[in-house]
Amino acid sequence: MIEVENLSKYYDGFCAVDRIDFSIQKGEIVGLLGPNGAGKTTTLRMLTGYLPPTSGNIKVNHLSILTDAIEIKRLMGYLPESAPLYRNMLVLDYLEYVARVRGLDEKRRLHRIQELSEVCGIQEIMHFAIGELSRGLKQRVGLAHAMLGDPEILVLDEPTSGLDPNQIVEIRDIIRRASREKTIILSTHILSEAEATCDRVIIIHRGKIVADDDTQALQEISGLDQVVLLSLRHARADAAISRLKAVEGILDVQEVGRPDTETLSLSLRCREGSDPREDLYQAIKATDWSLIELHQQTQNLETIFRELTRED
Amino acid sequence: MGPLVAIIGKEIKDYFVSPIAYIVIAVFLMVTGWLFFTTFFLFNQADMRNFFNLLPMTFSFVIPAVTMRLFSEERAAGSLEVLLTLPVRFSDVVMGKFLSAVLFVAALLLPTVTYPIVIAFLGDLDWGPVMGGFAGALLLGAAFSAIGLFASALTTNQVIAFILGALICFCLTVLDKMLFFLPDSWLGAVAYLAADPHFGNIAKGVIDSRDILYFFSVMFIALYAATLVMQDQK
Repeated sequence: MIEVENLSKYYDGFCAVDRIDFSIQKGEIVGLLGPNGAGKTTTLRMLTGYLPPTSGNIKVNHLSILTDAIEIKRLMGYLPESAPLYRNMLVLDYLEYVARVRGLDEKRRLHRIQELSEVCGIQEIMHFAIGELSRGLKQRVGLAHAMLGDPEILVLDEPTSGLDPNQIVEIRDIIRRASREKTIILSTHILSEAEATCDRVIIIHRGKIVADDDTQALQEISGLDQVVLLSLRHARADAAISRLKAVEGILDVQEVGRPDTETLSLSLRCREGSDPREDLYQAIKATDWSLIELHQQTQNLETIFRELTRED
Repeated sequence: MGPLVAIIGKEIKDYFVSPIAYIVIAVFLMVTGWLFFTTFFLFNQADMRNFFNLLPMTFSFVIPAVTMRLFSEERAAGSLEVLLTLPVRFSDVVMGKFLSAVLFVAALLLPTVTYPIVIAFLGDLDWGPVMGGFAGALLLGAAFSAIGLFASALTTNQVIAFILGALICFCLTVLDKMLFFLPDSWLGAVAYLAADPHFGNIAKGVIDSRDILYFFSVMFIALYAATLVMQDQK
């Protein structure tokens, strides 16, 4: 549905987006993930036709952004970061205005505004000025604005940034409900956000794509060592380390701390793809140490993200 | 057509929901009313020439105050990004903002229509120059609106937009009085650039296509420049 081909953007010689390629299928929820200044917003701005690309092209349903920008904009609903809507307009007036600009006829306009005010939970605030609203409410008005023309694609730039945890859950719910019938692209620098809402994550760093995969697949990414953490009581450090090193699949053992005099915490680096927990248990059972904690650190997006975007 | 009308409607509403519109109209009426009527009875002539003579100067300051926010505010608040990612042509955005400013100028002039009606009771008023004067005032107002819009496109700061706009309009107004500084060979060309004489001709009731062409050229150039400036900023 969306094809991004060799897309670049330079600002006065500074390269914000560097020859990126990706494509998005109908119905996907894609998260654009990256640290601040990675080029997420610039990419979304080019995608929505606000910024012209320096080179490369974007195709949406075989329409090119270079020649059919208006048609593409019709297919998209866009919410820029922190929802910069007209502060002095009333919510209802604003939505009416957007509906008019989008060319909805009067009957559909009212129907659609009513429908969206329910979906986004803004019925109560239709007669407030947008500038008076809290961030969470403003963000909901922004979502209603983006969905107003019933676009096939929703583009959301940091939809939950600056919101409190309750508001984040509410906004996520709205996004998830919308995702049943729409393709959604959202950007975020919060990893749990991407994990919670997206089917697929594209990680951008310094204008380049460093990873692009299903959220699931990314979490199982190989190439990173697995780590098992365990705590023992009544064990001497050197004895424990030498004994555990002998277990099949363990590459390295390190003491990570002594929470109290009795307890010893160890971090074990294991061979990729191995699960030595059972062997470890057997090895410890043979001694008189007591095992009080044993767990395998799962790879979450956080570790992968830090690995991929580390400044070298 | 739809988006253009929607944008004009929104901008007009913006003018009149904030107190700025009423303040600008009040200041305009007070200044022009005072300057015109204090000398009106001394001349003992039932015409509006002095009123129209004042207009280019007052418009130089009033109209940039009306147009200063049109692009500056949107760019400063970031709402321009929202507007330009809706399915609208950029020309519709520029025209919508321009036409809303022109309509505002019309609203500004509307109360002054009472002047000739009052004057007509006092003496024998020649309606030709009055009609011409109002038509010319609208053209002048539209040209200055386009210049103000251009100034607004240059900066995110409304004060700077106002000062720039007022400066350009003021220069066009006084240009014909500054011609003695220039070499003779330039006179014809530079004199044509001055707004005052073109407006003066129309206000006398002389409708010359050159004067009308002048105002439309100013509008076109300013609006086109605004478009280029906005596109260049991306």
